Amino acid sequence: MSRKLLLEHINVPGINTLEVYRQKGGYRAVEKALKTLTPEEIVEEVKKSGLRGRGGAGFPTGMKWSFLAKPEGVARYLVCNADESEPGTFKDRYLMTYIPHALIEGMIVSSFALGAKVSYIYVRGEMMPQIRILEKAIAEAKAAGWLGKNILGTGYDLELYVQPGGGAYICGEETALLESLEGKRGNPRIKPPFPAIAGLYGCPTVVNNVESIAAVVPIINDGGDEYAKIGIGRSTGTKLISASGNLVKPGVYEIELGLPVEEFIYSDEYCGGIANGKRLKATVAGGSSVPVLPANLTLKLANGEPRLMSYESLSEGGFATGTMLGSGGFIAFDEDQCIVRNTWNFSRFYHHESCGQCSPCREGTGWMEKVLHKIEHGHGTMEDVDLLWDIQRKIEGNTICPLGDAAAWPVASAIRHFRDEFEWHIKEPIKSQSQNYGIANYATPIEKAPVAEEK
Amino acid sequence: MLKVEEQTPVVFSSELLAKFDDIKSRYPADKSKSALLPLLHLVQAEYLWVSTPAMDKVAEYLNIQPIEVYEVATFYTMYFLKPQGKYALEVCRTGPCCLVGAEKILSHLENKLGVKEGEVTADGLFSFRGVECLAACGYGPVLQISPEYTFYENLTTESVDKLIEDLKNKI
Repeated sequence: MSRKLLLEHINVPGINTLEVYRQKGGYRAVEKALKTLTPEEIVEEVKKSGLRGRGGAGFPTGMKWSFLAKPEGVARYLVCNADESEPGTFKDRYLMTYIPHALIEGMIVSSFALGAKVSYIYVRGEMMPQIRILEKAIAEAKAAGWLGKNILGTGYDLELYVQPGGGAYICGEETALLESLEGKRGNPRIKPPFPAIAGLYGCPTVVNNVESIAAVVPIINDGGDEYAKIGIGRSTGTKLISASGNLVKPGVYEIELGLPVEEFIYSDEYCGGIANGKRLKATVAGGSSVPVLPANLTLKLANGEPRLMSYESLSEGGFATGTMLGSGGFIAFDEDQCIVRNTWNFSRFYHHESCGQCSPCREGTGWMEKVLHKIEHGHGTMEDVDLLWDIQRKIEGNTICPLGDAAAWPVASAIRHFRDEFEWHIKEPIKSQSQNYGIANYATPIEKAPVAEEK
Repeated sequence: MLKVEEQTPVVFSSELLAKFDDIKSRYPADKSKSALLPLLHLVQAEYLWVSTPAMDKVAEYLNIQPIEVYEVATFYTMYFLKPQGKYALEVCRTGPCCLVGAEKILSHLENKLGVKEGEVTADGLFSFRGVECLAACGYGPVLQISPEYTFYENLTTESVDKLIEDLKNKI
């Protein structure tokens, strides 16, 4: 069994209540932080831990905190990004549903470290049940003196509020989230200035993902150095992986970074293999935005070494043969799934969710959706595949926020690795309406590269 | 979508206004526009949709221009700009849910309820639509029912039939 830091007590009955959470050692980090550490020391521990943003970008959390401007007499804000909308990702919902106090405890410690007196948890509006859970937990914590005025007699005041979103994927982008929190449309802002300088209401602001904030609790309890011992290389600690698609046991798993992908998919401790005894065709390893990989490149690097669940190993080989850890939304496709149809589905998603601010994304996502619809429904031409390639290239890197890239990458990777399947749809327009292309050679094992003999 | 038409003027109840005040108190005094999204949710929970007169009232309450409310209400997908069924069923139709049969659930709902996506059944009880990822991919197919946003996971055509019967009998 691997170590669990966030989900250790997930199966304890009543862990969603303050009482049981306290019995299991909850809120120790708040006591330790507020009574024995200075804000600078907390930031230092988080830096030492090597914790990287769990929302998708993987930017070091401690470094992000250290960028926060601290002008005299200006309020600072911590905003928790609980807008979880990346297709394939549902770990934050899980954490907030079952252990809401882990997030609240993390929010208190992090707010103290950043000098925020008011903090917000921006939860996507569809998660009304989770909003109710969090509000209840916040009321419990406040009644017990963990929030409000003069917490633990240390003179530190903190108010914590939950803010519902309105249903927009784009609000997971931190500046769009801040716009939304200000009561506006979720249009991402041009950076710089970064939120650390001018964020919520123009004040210095840090925006962190739910899981990143919850991870601050074990980091403070055990020390940043202890946390950094878990994992592999620059991928330290544990990560929540949301597993979905054609798996025997989909769900949320906490893994130590560095776990082999093969073990994650096939071992009974995790996903238990592919459902209905089928074979694995492809995976999207980190949420819908990251490149889709055929089964063989999912399990092995291009040189035949095993691929691991870590920031570095998943991106090994760049986009030519690799992908990204992203938010940890792991989607598995069995041999009967159609890559063209799924790519069309994702393109429709990005078209629907584009905020419309930048032309390449607003127009390009719609084009991609239409062209993919055409190919999927048996009306495509060979030129359409090249057209798709051309459109995605013109979106990538040409937009204010990363939604453009996120829309381009799934299309680019699908063509890169599954071009045969696109061409089959075009050559077999009638057959492709009733049959699937199947697994083809996408699962053919990659041989280990021969080691050069010494002379 | 925002056609100028006769719509019944609304008067917010004092209970609703008390909730408005509570939410407004969460932000700095000069930043009460932040309350806009939560307020629209409250309005929708009360009336089951967000009408133009209701939006105008919200603008008046927050002391902002009506257009500032309209642009937000039309940007975000959760706000219904026309009346829905008493139970508005929203089925996730994004990638992972489709891998496990979301499209079948949507076509089943269309047959079962006898209305197209976005329409309301004759008895005013049900409407349905496909929505994008609801962040419950591991438990798909999923649907949620506003205004409580209760969640139903691992759907099958049988469980959807049962759900609809249960809702019908609830009245």
